[in-house]
Parts: sequence; structure tokens; C-alpha cells
Amino acid sequence: MPSLLELDSIIKDFPGVRALDGVSLRLNAGEIHALCGENGAGKSTLLKIMAGCYGHGSYQGAMRLDGVELALSSPREAEERGIALVAQELNLVPALSVAENMFLGREKGNRIRVDWPETQREAMESMAKVGLDEDPSRPVEQLSVGKQQLIEIARALSKKARVLILDEPTAALTETDAALLLKLVKDIASQGTAVLYVSHRLEEVFQIAHSITVLRDGKSVRSGPASGWTRASVVADMVGRDLAAAEASVPVPAPSGKTALKVRHWSVPRPGLPGFFALKDLSLHVEQGEILGIGGLMGSGRTALLSTLFGDLRSSCSGELSMDGATWRGAFSDPGQAIAQGLCLVSEDRKKMGLVPGSSVAENLALASLGEFKGALGLLDWEKLESAAQTQATALRVRAASLQVAANTLSGGNQQKVVLARWLLTGPKVLLLDEPTRGIDVGARAEIYRLIRDLAAGGLAVILASSDLPELLALSHRILVLSEGRLSAELGPSQFSPEAVMHAATS
Amino acid sequence: MNKMKISWQTLGMLAALLLIGLVFSVATEGTFLSPRNLSQLSRQMAVTSMLASGMVLVIVAGQIDLSVGAMAGLCGAVAAMLCVQADMSVPLAFGLALVLGAVLGAAQGILVAALAIPPFIVTLGGMLIFQGILLGLTKGVAISPPVAFLAVGQNYLSAAATWGVGGAVALFALWQGRSKGRLRAISIALGSLGLAALFNAYEGLPVPVVLMLVLAAAFWLVSAHTPFGRHLYAIGGNRDAAFYAGIPIKGRIVAAFTLMGAVAAAAGLVLTARVGAASSDAGRMLELDAIAAAVIGGTSLMGGRGSVWGALLGGAITASLDNGMSLLNTEPYWQPIIKGAILVAAVSADISLRKGKS
Repeated sequence: MPSLLELDSIIKDFPGVRALDGVSLRLNAGEIHALCGENGAGKSTLLKIMAGCYGHGSYQGAMRLDGVELALSSPREAEERGIALVAQELNLVPALSVAENMFLGREKGNRIRVDWPETQREAMESMAKVGLDEDPSRPVEQLSVGKQQLIEIARALSKKARVLILDEPTAALTETDAALLLKLVKDIASQGTAVLYVSHRLEEVFQIAHSITVLRDGKSVRSGPASGWTRASVVADMVGRDLAAAEASVPVPAPSGKTALKVRHWSVPRPGLPGFFALKDLSLHVEQGEILGIGGLMGSGRTALLSTLFGDLRSSCSGELSMDGATWRGAFSDPGQAIAQGLCLVSEDRKKMGLVPGSSVAENLALASLGEFKGALGLLDWEKLESAAQTQATALRVRAASLQVAANTLSGGNQQKVVLARWLLTGPKVLLLDEPTRGIDVGARAEIYRLIRDLAAGGLAVILASSDLPELLALSHRILVLSEGRLSAELGPSQFSPEAVMHAATS
Repeated sequence: MNKMKISWQTLGMLAALLLIGLVFSVATEGTFLSPRNLSQLSRQMAVTSMLASGMVLVIVAGQIDLSVGAMAGLCGAVAAMLCVQADMSVPLAFGLALVLGAVLGAAQGILVAALAIPPFIVTLGGMLIFQGILLGLTKGVAISPPVAFLAVGQNYLSAAATWGVGGAVALFALWQGRSKGRLRAISIALGSLGLAALFNAYEGLPVPVVLMLVLAAAFWLVSAHTPFGRHLYAIGGNRDAAFYAGIPIKGRIVAAFTLMGAVAAAAGLVLTARVGAASSDAGRMLELDAIAAAVIGGTSLMGGRGSVWGALLGGAITASLDNGMSLLNTEPYWQPIIKGAILVAAVSADISLRKGKS
């Protein structure tokens, strides 16, 4: 019997990277198929191909529905053929009503007039299928995140989906809501829909999945019935990459034993979700010259930890922070204060939080220390600024045509070096790194690793949050693993292994 | 970016200005380029360009100030009333008017920065409020300030002083360009000496133009060569990056609005003096002229991009259009139509050129 949906040797290239390298996948009617893999393994790319976001012709290989070749050109076409994707982030318009969201872009009625009674009635019907009984005229923003997630699924079902793709549907849900959702997914499958279920939570996978495919570095490493796996074997398949490919360990001087930064009982509530925490009662310290690794999956609280330490109080927090013998209750009031104390943060999202795109490389380099380059009359001493910028740029081997070019013309690796150099100009004591090599090519990665090691060897304390296991294992002196906002393991060098980190992260 | 370098964009604007000048001087058989008319034109552009110089700082930080026209009218009228009704000395009245502008600007800045109300709304509200206060104060009657007051709007520098200003600008340009950009420096030097000669062929350099140049130079220094100014560019260019670099965003925004308020007051004094009276609708629509001048001069409403000299050129372009069309006795309704079309055309040309470049 042919499968409902069949992917055959899909290859997808992005400039400089092969995201998918010959992935095959079969989905059968009535089956829940789990797709597992580390961040960056290629899951999202695969989903986007199935949902028509990357149209036919932008990839190699074939996709067949009922044995007939599919050539999708848009998400809308995918939906018309019965393939619906519920993305990880909610795609609802907050201020519009439940019913309007349900039929967004395919409004009931004709071109001139929206048929409201029909819209409401069908919205009620679709909601009933996912066990919801809400007023369809209520704005979506008044519903809980869990219900909004269900609305998304109801929307997908109302499109007569035969293949339903769920990308981390429980990531933002409470346990109760997650349990409800899992039950619903089972019901949907039992009515003959094929479900592709993507999740980091392995216990969920084993609760509902009939079969599992593990992706790693753009390849499907193994695929088969769920009964053929254990949690440990899934983890092993997810991480089993050749660790030798990561940086060969270069000896770094051991930590000095002098504490550079200490944090006690650090808690960060989740914005908009009273009672829920992005981080709960976390205590840690880092020594001068030490690289402290922070492991954990997306949403485990890594980013929340680093940004609150840096005084980003867009999420409030409680706890105690000490540096140089001084102690602060709660966090710094803003990054300015954190910088004054010798902290600095290289954030995960360079484009959004790091660079001022149109400004010159020199100016971006000096952005956090412009006040240091004041000359006569309070005017900037450009010569002094440029020579300091040039010194840092040379030390970090920033490759730019000149320091006068706009920062957004540099490659990803060089942009990252500019951000790093900016902080070195402020004379930091503690360097916070959040995914420092995301989206950076292999060559530049090696250089950034070397830089991090050199900086630590020079006495800087480094906290490195990364979802890239080889990177974490190769650079860190010690690793803390976070899981759902809590510390789930502290690993010393003798305990370092990808499996250990993955186990702690998924527990 | 940090040096006063002439980009293709500036060259384009200069070319547009020359083209406009050429067309009008042919159409008016030379009247447009006569010393008398150019002196007139420069006085007309002074108020708008002063406002535009301040507006660049605000827009570059990703903000907008719609209240500057009404604020100029209000501050000018307050100064005039202080002189006429309270018998205050002119310098003291000017000082108080400048303080008033700064305070009003700061208040709006605080509403924008601390309460996170969109600047469009705060300053739209401010515009209406200031217009109302102005009407209430003047009761619809125009107030004529004393002669000493009128000096900032109507007087001229002596021939010697005009040569002095032209010479000083020329020397400064040459000094700046001593190592690189010699050609540019020499052309600026020759240009400023030529303009000095031109102004002296009529009555000398008008005082409002001197004030405009001084203000523009000061704002160029602030925007391009102080940490404060560069912070404004960073805030407008990427607010998150600026935040993570430890820049005190709220304080910088309040400061920008405060400066803008003081500039609006200064422009209001010049306006009142030039017209010779403070009227109840003084300054109306000036905010839009100032924004248009800044935008035609290459300032991006998205923030992060723009220059004070560009705004000055933009002000010269719009003032030339007004002036030339008046000389030709064009029906008055054509002026806003043409200006609007030029505004949209300038920005669309900028956008398509930028796309082509990147």
C-alpha cells in the first residue's frame, strides 16, 4: 500500500550550507510520526518544504501524495492539497476574533460581503472538533496560550487537512494543556489523518508516536516503528555526530579559583504567564579564567538567564547577584549598569540586538564606549576612536574592506567579531555568550573558538550558552544543564558526553 | 559617515537645486538669480531650515515632532508679549522664550520616553494644545514687537561682517580639507566667498541666515561628532542594539526633544521678527515644511539615517520652489501641489537608488 505522503531523497541547499541531504520520510493515514533532532538538524527546513513555504524547484528530490508527484508552489496550495502546518510560533492576529482568525484569507461569503453567521457557525463547529467551546466573536488575545494553540489546530483541521504537521505544539503549554493536546492529537490520527509530530520532549514522543524518524545534520539517520527505540537510543541517534569534527581540545589554563560572578536563587517569571517561570531558583558561579557552559534545549531558560544577568529587565526577576564583593538584590537596572560593572553580552540575535546596520564598522565597534573617545569640547576624537577600533579589529582579525564600510556588509562571522570587539573595548570582567556561533560558517567558528579560549586564558570569566553540543563540550570547563527553567545537572569534565547533556536537557 | 563627505545623494540634491535655479532664472529672465531675490529667498528658508536642523536629530532617533510649528508660533508670541505687555528687555524675553521651548519639548520627550506614548500622538496633541494656547494668549489680535526685537528677523550684517563670515567659512573648509578632500574644500571655500559677494551686492548677509548657519553648524557637530549624537543614530538604526550597548535610550530621547523645543523657540523668534508681528496662526504647517525639508535632504523616517547639511539643502530646495513660483505669479494653489509631488518623488528616487546599490 503506498503511503499517504512520501518524501524521497530531499536535498535543500542554502548559500554555503546544505540544510537537507537526501531525507526520505513516509507518512501513513492514521499514523502519528514523530520527527526528532537537535536544533539545526534540518527539521524546520523539512517542514517548510512539506508545507509549500519552499516551493517546488527550490529543492531536489520528490514529494508524492497518494503516489502522485506534488509540485507545491505556495502554502496555500499545500493546504488545498490537504497538508496543513501548525507552526511553532502562534500565527494568530491577536486583536481579531476567534472566528475571523479561523477563516483568515478564506473568508466565508463572497468577494463583497463577509457572511458572519456562517463564519461563526463554522468556527463553532471547528472548535468543537478540538474540544473547545469559546465565543467565536471573542478576540483571540483574551484566550490562554493553550487555547490559542488549539485554535490553530482547529484552523488547520477546518482546511480538511489529511496531513497535519505540528511543530513543537506543546512548547508553550502548561502540563495540563499539553496532556489535553496529546489526547487530541491521538483522536485526530485515529480518524485517519496522518500526523507529523515534532517535539523535543521525548516522553511525549513515546506516549503518542507510532513511528519515529531522527534527523541529524540534514540526514535521516534512522526511521522506524517507535517500539524499536528507547529514549536513550533516540538521544544517541540525535547527537551521534563525529565529535572529532568539533574543535580539537586545546588545553586552557585551569580556572583561577577566584569567583568573578555569583548568582543565587535567580528566578525569572515568564512574561504574561503568572505562576510560570522561565528560570526558577537557579544558583551558579563562574571563576576568572573559567568557561562555564550552559546547556539545554530551546526555551530551557538559557537566554533568559543571560539577558537578565545583563540587566535586560523586560522580564522582571528576583535573586541575588554578586561581583567583586558587592551584591545586588534582583538584577541590574539596565545594561548600562551591567556594563559599568564589567559584564557584557554577545546575544543570540546579532542582527536584532547587536549591530546598527547602516553605521560604520568603526562606530559599531565603539558603540558601547563612545564616551571614552571624547576630545576637545566634548566632541568625538575620531582618530583616537578609529585607532582603538583598528587595534581591536586587527586583534580579532575582523575582515572588512575598511572600518568605514557599513556593518551589515560584513559576513556573519565578522559581524560577530565586531560585536565581540565592541565589548573588549569596554574592558569587561565577565563575558556572556549566547549562541555565539549560530549561523556562522565553519572556518569563522574555529576563529571564534580560539578567541574565546584566549580571552578566558587572559583571565576573563566566560558564560557560554549553546545548543551546539560539540561546541559546548569542547570549550567548557564545567557545564550546567537547564531543563524547563531549572538546573537539572552540573557536569565536570570527566562527565562530559553528548548523551549526558542530552539526558539532562530532556529530563 | 562621520566626516562631512559628499555622497552621490548630496550631489543629486545639489544638482536638483541647480536645475531648479536654472529653470527659474530662465523663466523669470534672470530675476530669480538677482542678489535681491536670493537675499529674499535665503531669509524665507531660514525659519524652516532651523526647524529642519533640529528635526533631523529627532527623526534620526526614530521619533517625530509635529508640534514644532505651533511651538514656534507660541514661543514667538510669548516673547513679543513679554516685551510689549510686561516691558521686559528683549534679550531677557528671548531667553525666557528659549527656556519655554526647551521645557515644552522636554515635557513631550518625557511623555514619549517614560510613558511610551507614540511620539506622533504626543506631538500631535502638543500641536493642538499649543495652537489653542496661542489663540487664547493673543485673542486673535496681532502683537507688534519693539524694534530691537525685529533685528533677528530683518537686519543685515555690514559688508565687512559679511565678508568676515564668508572668509571664516572658507578658511574652516580649507583647514578641514587640508589632508584629504581638497577639491571639495576648495569648492566650498569659493562658494562661500561667492555668496558673500552676492549678499553684499544687495544689503549684506541677513541676520536670520546667520542664525540658521550657526544653528546648523552646531547641530551638525552635535549629531555627527558627539557621543550623544551618535547614540541617537544608533537608537534610530537599531533600538535593541543600542539598548544592549548600554545606551540610556530614554534620557537621549528626552534630550533630543528638549533641543528640538529650544530650536523651535529660536525659529519662532526669527519668524515673529521677520513678519513683524505675532499672530494667532503663526507657525502653522511649519512642522510639515521642516519634516519635508529633512526628508528631501535624505533623512529616513525609519530612523538611523540623515544629516543636518542635507536638511539645509532640502530647505533650500523647497524655499526655491516657493520663491520661484511666486516670482512667476503661479496661482498659489500650485505651490503645495508641486512641493508635495517633489517630496514623494525625492523619496522614491532615494529608495530606488538605494535598492539598486545594495
